[in-house]
Amino acid sequence: MTFDWPTALPLIFAGLMGLAILIYVVLDGFDLGIGILFAAAGDAEQDTMIAAIGPFWDANETWLVLAVGLLLVAFPMAHGTILTALYLPVFVLLVGLILRGVAFDFRAKVPAGKKHRWNRIFFLGSATASLAQGYMLGVYVLGLDVGLGGMAFGALVALCLSAAYAAMGAAWLIYKTEDDLQKKAVRWLRTALVLTALGMIAVSLATPFASPRIFDKWFVWPQILYLSPLPILSALLFLWLWRQTFDLPKPDDRHAIRPFLALTAIFTLGFAGLAWSFYPYVVPDKLTIWQAASAPESLAIILAGTVVVLPVIIFYSFYAYRVFSGKATDLTYD
Amino acid sequence: MDPLILSRIQFGANISFHILFPAITIALGWVLLFFKLRYNASGDSAWMHAYFTWVKVFALSFAMGVVSGVTMSFQFGTNWPGYMKTVGNIAGPLLAYEILTAFFLEAAFLGIMLFGFRRVSNRIHTLATVLVAGSTTVSAFWIIALNSWMQTPAGFEMRDGVAHAVSWWAIVFNPSMPYRLVHMLLASGLTVSFLIAGLSALRYLYGDRSESMWKALRTGVFTAAILIPIQIFAGDQHGLNTLAHQPQKIAAMEANWNTGPNVPLVLFALPDEAAKENRFEIAIPDGASLVLRHSTGGVVPGLNDYPGNHPPVFPVFWGFRVMVGTGILMLIVSWSAAWFLWRRHSLPKPLAIIMVPMTISGWLATLAGWYTTEIGRQPWLVTGVLKTADAVGPVAGSHVALTLAVYLMLYVLLLIAYLGVLAHLALKAAKDGDTSPLPGVMNAALSQPAAGE
Repeated sequence: MTFDWPTALPLIFAGLMGLAILIYVVLDGFDLGIGILFAAAGDAEQDTMIAAIGPFWDANETWLVLAVGLLLVAFPMAHGTILTALYLPVFVLLVGLILRGVAFDFRAKVPAGKKHRWNRIFFLGSATASLAQGYMLGVYVLGLDVGLGGMAFGALVALCLSAAYAAMGAAWLIYKTEDDLQKKAVRWLRTALVLTALGMIAVSLATPFASPRIFDKWFVWPQILYLSPLPILSALLFLWLWRQTFDLPKPDDRHAIRPFLALTAIFTLGFAGLAWSFYPYVVPDKLTIWQAASAPESLAIILAGTVVVLPVIIFYSFYAYRVFSGKATDLTYD
Repeated sequence: MDPLILSRIQFGANISFHILFPAITIALGWVLLFFKLRYNASGDSAWMHAYFTWVKVFALSFAMGVVSGVTMSFQFGTNWPGYMKTVGNIAGPLLAYEILTAFFLEAAFLGIMLFGFRRVSNRIHTLATVLVAGSTTVSAFWIIALNSWMQTPAGFEMRDGVAHAVSWWAIVFNPSMPYRLVHMLLASGLTVSFLIAGLSALRYLYGDRSESMWKALRTGVFTAAILIPIQIFAGDQHGLNTLAHQPQKIAAMEANWNTGPNVPLVLFALPDEAAKENRFEIAIPDGASLVLRHSTGGVVPGLNDYPGNHPPVFPVFWGFRVMVGTGILMLIVSWSAAWFLWRRHSLPKPLAIIMVPMTISGWLATLAGWYTTEIGRQPWLVTGVLKTADAVGPVAGSHVALTLAVYLMLYVLLLIAYLGVLAHLALKAAKDGDTSPLPGVMNAALSQPAAGE
């Protein structure tokens, strides 16, 4: 087999875009989740929760910009098709992200009396953005079906993805906080896990039945054997995490990062399943990644930059996380 | 309802809202670096107080810029799918390089700038400031390169109605790019210097005589006084470049209908496109010929040479006049303030009062200039390649109308909140003066005491 750039480039970019989406979902997932959990937290707790994401959220959100940017630049046809079909949910997502982002900054800078209002807006923005992302995922999974069935399924996934984000947020809090808030986060995690599992089951079942093509990719021998680790591992991780919630936090706060890592693994497995289902389509059953791709010479010039820059981005992102490692309680904002 | 008109209004509203914040962050990053370097050199904590007052404004503006920028990147797909379909091969890599080389760097190191003062060494904190300032500027470079390419496309060929890159060098350094970049960077510098000068004047009026207020005030006033004449020169050069490459835009800016010599410089008029003439015109004879061609006999292009192919005259003509008028006001105010600060070491109260509303003069001039150049490109989205009307998506007018209404409401509320917070930060700083504690991790010593402490 000869190596063929026009064939390989769209594939590489589909991989990069997938990676950017996955990193976004994990990283901004915990930011959004903490926003959702704001509804259940007290004033002082909210300050600590913000401190737990303060230095990171800007960079986390940037992965969405990269993911949409890659869709835009590498698959311009798909970008137009998907986003015009999802016009209103995209709009709701954007309003949510705008409100979340500005409330984050405003709440720390306004006079004390107005802080409450911005805390509520922070919750509303985070919840709206999460719901919109889940809804878009649901509609996309059903092949951009915007009929009644698609909307109902979208609503279900919206709820479950928001719960999954809340679980990520709770897991991050277990890692970054201590004492009462940490114990509270454990309880939040337990509740959110149930809905997260439900959502993953719903999407896993709906996807193959929405499209005979996807059905054939999963439920045929021997594929079903190769793919079986995905659901089995996910289920095991869920069970392990569920049991963990009964004896966290551990003495000396050992292994506080583990729930977060377990959830990240679950997200990754689910994402791999979705990627397998939709490959080689970028618009389900309509446009393949090759049909939607930009010209090879344009992709090549982006790739040249990406290969150099992406490792650097990952390196300094790690650095930023290291600088602000440790418990979040002692970070001040004035 | 016509989705084209509504989509245009929506994009106009989004980009107008968006540009306000990069206009601040691009130059404010460098001002923060200046504060930081002065602190490193002198050990005077007043510089650090100035830094932390303004880094908050930076963070807030950056957040506003990011969220409105995310909106824009989605809007290409939701409202203008024809844009990426036709010129995606060119626009794509430029946008990708913006995200890759600048955006992440800014976002990652902003956290260290804001909260890392006591977590990392002083040197790393300074380095973070350098990286953030540098990457905002790199970001501007890529976006201006793309915008300039849309104005004066070069380095490509059309195959089956799709633009393909031929020379990336020619695409990035297209004919109007250097002029636009310089003009925009200076605009950002002026926006920030008037912002700092104006809010410092507000502190001054509230009785703040702290060192950090004086340092910020002087920085703002002197920067403005130095940049404004440079900007007037750069703007003139940019105009000549536009004359060479987009004569129909110049014709609209001057509201000149007939090509010919001895064209007057119109100071006031109500251009009437239906009648192809100006009403209530007040003009300086031969002025436009003199400014644009440096001779009274110089030929200036007229709108009648471009029937159906020139931009709407009224907004371009007035956008240009508002920009120039604001610029002249900036010159007078900044030079007066600079004279008082330099010679008298004081600021007269009336001048301070004038400087407060001038806080947003940079925004006004930037927006007016932006309208001049962007509306001046119409009816083209990419000059000679793609018409705006051919890029719009198949979205129902009612959806665009609904989202437009919500965006507008949101933007107005956010602008009010933003300006409110700016005023609140200034007044809080006025109350605290140089006494508020420096941020970072509470109760931890500065990781590296600066010289003299």
